[in-house]
Amino acid sequence: MQLVVEALKWLETTPVAVFMSQSAWGFSAILMLHLIAIIIVVGMIAIVDLRLIGLASRNCAVTDLSRDVLPLTWAAFVVATVTGLLVFTAQPVKYFDNYGFRIKFALMALAGINMLVFQLITYRGVSNWDRDATVPLAARLAGAISLTSWFAVVASGRWTGYLMF
Amino acid sequence: MVALTQWLAALPLSRTVRTIGWVIPLLQTIHILAIGMVLSSVIVIDMRIWGFLRSQTLVQSSHRFLPWLWAGLLLLTATGIVLIIGEPRRSLLNGTFQLKMLIMALAIAATLAFQVALRRNGVRWDGNGDGRWKAGIFAAATLALWLAVTAVGRGRWIANFLR
Repeated sequence: MQLVVEALKWLETTPVAVFMSQSAWGFSAILMLHLIAIIIVVGMIAIVDLRLIGLASRNCAVTDLSRDVLPLTWAAFVVATVTGLLVFTAQPVKYFDNYGFRIKFALMALAGINMLVFQLITYRGVSNWDRDATVPLAARLAGAISLTSWFAVVASGRWTGYLMF
Repeated sequence: MVALTQWLAALPLSRTVRTIGWVIPLLQTIHILAIGMVLSSVIVIDMRIWGFLRSQTLVQSSHRFLPWLWAGLLLLTATGIVLIIGEPRRSLLNGTFQLKMLIMALAIAATLAFQVALRRNGVRWDGNGDGRWKAGIFAAATLALWLAVTAVGRGRWIANFLR
């Protein structure tokens, strides 16, 4: 743990970190980009999740819908990650100690594992239920876990910011 | 405006929102998720017009997403009003709030006009008909307005920039 704190303290001295912590408008602009990127990530994921759960787009093939929204989802995810890292450099030690921040990463890990299980196991049989209005329970469950965890990621992200100031 | 913020801050609801520590971040979270509903709906309809989507026709996409856009806006307004009552000084005296409301009015007007145009020309635009590139520009402008509302909504950014 001491090593982590040392590393974070070093991070604070890098030029990027100095810019992020000194420039009020730079920090706010990056944070705003981060927010918009996450909004798009969660919105796009929610479209597929709601289809899996059976609450929307029931007349749409799951594969077609995923293919439509995935490129933008990943693009926005990359933007969210880069801007998130930049925001982190502004106050690395403080963020690391923030339990809202820790919960956020635990929830993202949960969402990631859920996505992997879905992609590697459940999605293999997609051709059997691609156009079904009601998909198998495992897929519905994956959609529900994904939607809940991403909503919780947004909530813990907001909570992180709330604890910082 | 200052008198209004004082009156709002004295309301029982305002006190409740401020005293219970988790109410404000919770409302902000719902507010953010509602922005997600609005922006995502606009983005998906726009991407369909620009020709990036295959799964549904334009008419189907607008039927699927326009109700979500308006529901999102309703949720935004409701949470926004409670947040203003809870922290009237932070929002109303920010200087960017009026700008945000102005851009939002433009965004709503553009979206309504767009919805009417879609209802009239959706089938034609679906079939690569003429006027589609104009529709594409209209779509981009509407999205830009909604993004601007979101950006100005984080008023501190603009405030810091102008300082």
